[in-house]
Amino acid sequence: MAGLSLTNIHKSYGKVDVIKGVDLTIEHGEFVVFVGPSGCGKSTLLRMIAGLEDITEGELKIGDRVVNQVQPRDRGVAMVFQSYALYPHMTVYDNVGFGLLLAKTPKPERDAKIMEAARILQMEHLLDRKPAQLSGGQRQRVAIGRAIVRKPDVFLFDEPLSNLDASLRLDMRSEISKLHNSLGATMIYVTHDQVEAMTLADKIVVLNGGVVQQVGSPLELYHKPANLFVAGFIGSPKMNLLPVKVTDLSADTMTLASEALEPITLPRRDGIGQGDSLTLGVRPHQLLKDGTKRIAGKVDLVERLGNETIISAILPSGETVLAALAGDVAIALNDDIALNFDPDEICLFNAEGNAV
Amino acid sequence: MSAVISPNTGVNTALRYLLLVVFALIFVFPILFMVVSSFKPAQQLLRDTASIAAFLPVGDLSFDNYAAAFRRAPVALFIFNSVVITVVTVAGALFICSMAAFSFAFLEFKGKEVVLAVLIATLIVPFETIAIPMLMLVNNLPWIGAGGLQFGWLNTYHVQIVPFLADALTIFLFVQYFRDLPRELIEAARLDGATWFQVYTRVIVPISGPVFATAAILKFLAMYNQYLWPLLVTQSEQYRPVMVGLQYFFQLNIAWGEVMAYLSIITLPVLIFYLVLQRAFISSIASTGIKG
Ligand SMILES: Nc1ncnc2c1ncn2[C@@H]1O[C@H](COP(=O)(O)OP(=O)(O)OP(=O)(O)O)[C@@H](O)[C@H]1O
Ligand SMILES: [Mg+2]
Repeated sequence: MAGLSLTNIHKSYGKVDVIKGVDLTIEHGEFVVFVGPSGCGKSTLLRMIAGLEDITEGELKIGDRVVNQVQPRDRGVAMVFQSYALYPHMTVYDNVGFGLLLAKTPKPERDAKIMEAARILQMEHLLDRKPAQLSGGQRQRVAIGRAIVRKPDVFLFDEPLSNLDASLRLDMRSEISKLHNSLGATMIYVTHDQVEAMTLADKIVVLNGGVVQQVGSPLELYHKPANLFVAGFIGSPKMNLLPVKVTDLSADTMTLASEALEPITLPRRDGIGQGDSLTLGVRPHQLLKDGTKRIAGKVDLVERLGNETIISAILPSGETVLAALAGDVAIALNDDIALNFDPDEICLFNAEGNAV
Repeated sequence: MSAVISPNTGVNTALRYLLLVVFALIFVFPILFMVVSSFKPAQQLLRDTASIAAFLPVGDLSFDNYAAAFRRAPVALFIFNSVVITVVTVAGALFICSMAAFSFAFLEFKGKEVVLAVLIATLIVPFETIAIPMLMLVNNLPWIGAGGLQFGWLNTYHVQIVPFLADALTIFLFVQYFRDLPRELIEAARLDGATWFQVYTRVIVPISGPVFATAAILKFLAMYNQYLWPLLVTQSEQYRPVMVGLQYFFQLNIAWGEVMAYLSIITLPVLIFYLVLQRAFISSIASTGIKG
């Protein structure tokens, strides 16, 4: 049984701070995904958990043991690398069994465990091959086999699927998900791909510039982004963000309006004053073409995907909004369009970019 | 599909081969001259140098020069000494230098870059300039051998081995190669539970065949060709290697036939070593499938 807790974790390379105080608790058996733009420190954080990078400051616990100074091999973690990192001179069998061999596991037991891992990953027929004789997907299986064979408490994945083609990525994604269900171990998974993040995660950690922006379930992040960064990062196509002003404030309602937006009245939220500038966030999938006009503009892009149609419209105020409409919606370039949304579903952000 | 041969190609190929043959001959001729001459009497040898006959096994050929060479100098002993010194040094140097390079390439420690820079800087110091200070040094060093604790290393095998177990060039070769290996391989092994030493023996060494072979060949040649140092540190012939043995043939009147015979003999171990390593070298590249 091993959850993790990170307390005020920092990492600097010389004078450059890469991770700037991360606090995070991960429950045993949870599937946690780190997402964020390139260079935000996802890999660094993962590698610190693995013990491959020193922790500059802060405390890392695996289970209830502080492991800052513990060697990687004594942390009970296994890692799957983006580049697979298979030992080129060993067969698949030896690659998978290397950790067991080093742990001096008796041969029969080792054999059984390797065969078991091979069976789970359906690679029994590959055991005699060298990595150079495998396809990308097969290599990734071996890399995962190498991780599961030692029954670690915590699995670490650093963009394990990003070198695979789209359909294989889909297959492997569901296999990793199944693996998580059957092993019940804690998994921490780094990815760029927000579809992977949304589908795999129990809990997503959004990082930017070495700082945790938000931690939550995929749906929490989708529906209640904590700030503008998360709002823009999670969800595809991106959330529409429009500047609005608080034009009216009563005891329990507030009215928002802008050049582009017909005034809307909502239940009052905390920390808002008359005349405040806010940012209104509404997802493309929340915009409807039902005749009611809350915002209106001129269509400047129509992308028909079959199941839905993504359109882009320019508002009179100059902003662009994206809307995901029905696949067969009757619309053409340069049409005028009026869009509606449910005011209860929108997100609001204050001048600092935080959700209100 | 039929290959279309431009009228030029034939000529080009011929030219290329001609050039290759010329270069091959330039490299081969001295060796040919040496071997052929070793079978000729001194008089004929000198006469033949004036013509193409210098490279041809013609005239009065015999093994006389070889017999004479063995009479003049303890050739077998010299070869034995050289082989002992060279093999032990090469084996030791491969181990020590590759381990040193491993730390430079993969471990983090204070002052790493500085130490490496200083080490590489020593590459430009000619051995001749440090030979005398080194001689004075080894003359005072202690050694525990069969006779208990003694001071002074002169006239031994180890005085010809120990100073050359670590050298900057070999370390540098290994560092360059190791730095190009994927870092994840080492990290994966660490997570698999390997100690640093196991990472070295079980992951790094098996995939580093090419650099081990290269370093071994370079080190072998450097050691086998040593002249100044063994001359300085050995007074008796008991520990002298082949190159110093050459002296025996440059006495009052030089017997060129015997010189050639001796040179032919001492070239053999180099060829054998090279051929063996070359095979190891090629098979190691083939089996690891590592490119570049
Ligand atoms: N050894 C190092 N020395 C100095 N800076 C480093 C080092 N390793 C990483 N960094 C910096 O730390 C930051 C975070 O790197 P990291 O690899 O964790 O990013 P990432 O989120 O994994 O990005 P990506 O999605 O591109 O993999 C980057 O700005 C990077 O330049
Ligand atoms: Mg990364």
